[in-house]
Amino acid sequence: MTKVVVAGAGSIGSLLAAHLAQVADVTVLTRREEHAAALRERGLRVSGRSDFTASLGATSDPGELPADADLTILACKGTDLVPLAASLEGTLPQATVMTIQNGLGAEDIVAAYGEWPLLSAVTFMSGTRHGDAHVEYVLDTATWIGPYRGTTEEDAKRAAELIEASGLKAEAFPDLRPAQWSKLIFNATVNGVAALTNLPHDFHFAQTNDLADLGFLVRDLVDEGKAVATVAGVELHDDPWEMNVVATQRGHRHFPSMLEDVEAKRPTELELINGALVREAERLAVGVPLQTAVYRLVKAREASYSE
Amino acid sequence: MVGTGAVGSLFAANLALLDDVEVWAFDLAQAHVDAINRDGLRLSGAGEVVGRPHATSDAAELPPCDFGILATKAMHTESAIAATAHAFADGYVATVQNGLGNEETLAGHVERVIRGTTFPAGRLLEPGHVQWDVKGDTTFGPYDDRTPLAEAERLADACTRAGMPAKAVSDARGPQWRKVVFNASTNPIGALTGLTHGRVCERLDLRALVTGLVDEGKAVAVAQGIELDADPEELIDHAARKDVAYDHKASMLQDVEARRQTEIDYLNGGIVRFGCEYGVATPLNAAIQALVKGVEASWTQS
Repeated sequence: MTKVVVAGAGSIGSLLAAHLAQVADVTVLTRREEHAAALRERGLRVSGRSDFTASLGATSDPGELPADADLTILACKGTDLVPLAASLEGTLPQATVMTIQNGLGAEDIVAAYGEWPLLSAVTFMSGTRHGDAHVEYVLDTATWIGPYRGTTEEDAKRAAELIEASGLKAEAFPDLRPAQWSKLIFNATVNGVAALTNLPHDFHFAQTNDLADLGFLVRDLVDEGKAVATVAGVELHDDPWEMNVVATQRGHRHFPSMLEDVEAKRPTELELINGALVREAERLAVGVPLQTAVYRLVKAREASYSE
Repeated sequence: MVGTGAVGSLFAANLALLDDVEVWAFDLAQAHVDAINRDGLRLSGAGEVVGRPHATSDAAELPPCDFGILATKAMHTESAIAATAHAFADGYVATVQNGLGNEETLAGHVERVIRGTTFPAGRLLEPGHVQWDVKGDTTFGPYDDRTPLAEAERLADACTRAGMPAKAVSDARGPQWRKVVFNASTNPIGALTGLTHGRVCERLDLRALVTGLVDEGKAVAVAQGIELDADPEELIDHAARKDVAYDHKASMLQDVEARRQTEIDYLNGGIVRFGCEYGVATPLNAAIQALVKGVEASWTQS
């Protein structure tokens, strides 16, 4: 049986771990020991689009992870990636490591802590945690996987097949960047605007009746992102504006994580998302004044926590 | 006086001290009106004043007046002047409100309009009682050639004698745009980030965004042939000093915290509107306007 480690058990990590435990030998790495103990004792319940309770291994000690794991999925929030990758240095000698964080640059952060073959992934599924041992499967959209370092499309396919077999949706790509950049531009725009306005991702983001409507700003922000992608030589997999329109028509008001973070006065994934986009634009000498403004404003809003 | 919030009260109470001026204060807040008629209109702080204007919440009670001074929030200009225009059929109406577009709205209801910009500030403590936080100058000027400069001077003279220093100039757009550009470039940044004026300015990347907004505002002013009477950049840096307004929370931040509608449409929105008219691009001001309007929209979400 394939041995899988899922590091990080937020909503995405929990959804992956519980489903994969149906077809693989799964160990979850948590930050809190109490969380690991709850998973060992009670298993991990999934409700919503799936309904079962998975039994799986769990630990908060990276030293206890199985040395012969084949696949390790780093499913923590972007802001926790450096300490997580550092804690895995020297472990999991046989594993291929897959990052699934929002934004850009997660792979390079992990690459600095070990020689593991690396896969990139972005996910569009979503869930809501109801405590340490229960996650609700909300949006059953796919996870996309591509090779990054020391891997091929075949490796990406194997990971995607495993995830598909577990009951989640996944697809492999020869190059993930078109998908990754589509999501990057979408997230930089939608999460940034949500974090500044306190609006969930709702109809306002696609509204273009009056000149001062938010839809115009969203479209201008997306256009700046597309210009960066073009100069970077990335042909987008999806049009982020269309992704935005479709998401606002889904009928339920999604609260982007960056909005939840600023409301709870937590650090956001701003640097991996908006910061990455603005830095890429600078490197490629593409002017992105509006994305830059949003980035600086959210950064300042984080600074206001100490006010 | 049409609208006796903080700024309107400063004018009403001080002008009511003059022997040769009869002041009527029109306001919709009945408790404030009743308190003024009962105990007078009291100012504390930068000056201790008790003025005794006639106050009413019924526009029909207003007698014909030589001058009107509008001091409502900009989004209430239309309804305020529509209700009171009859009192100014033979008079002049000045605005001391924030933002752009108030004069145009007034001119839709009355013949003779005076452009005005004022810097004193205060806050309503309780009905009939206003804290006078900051003294400051007021500039008046004719809105168009239907108002002679001499009439703006007559109003400025009365204000000055009443302890509210004012002057009249032939083109009052310079001070107006200086204040609008200052406010549009700083207030919404405070409102969106939660930072005080000083903390906005000490973050270099954010201060650069402020400069981007200032530059757009200046370009729109220049395109109209307006000469700003001071550089907003210097005023912004001056205000950021610890001994000036470092800890000041922009009024728009206070509005957002209290979930009150902001004047964004008349500040950044005004700059965008005039920019469109004069062919000057204002993408940053448009973005900031859209974001603050998004904040306002979030209050009506369940």
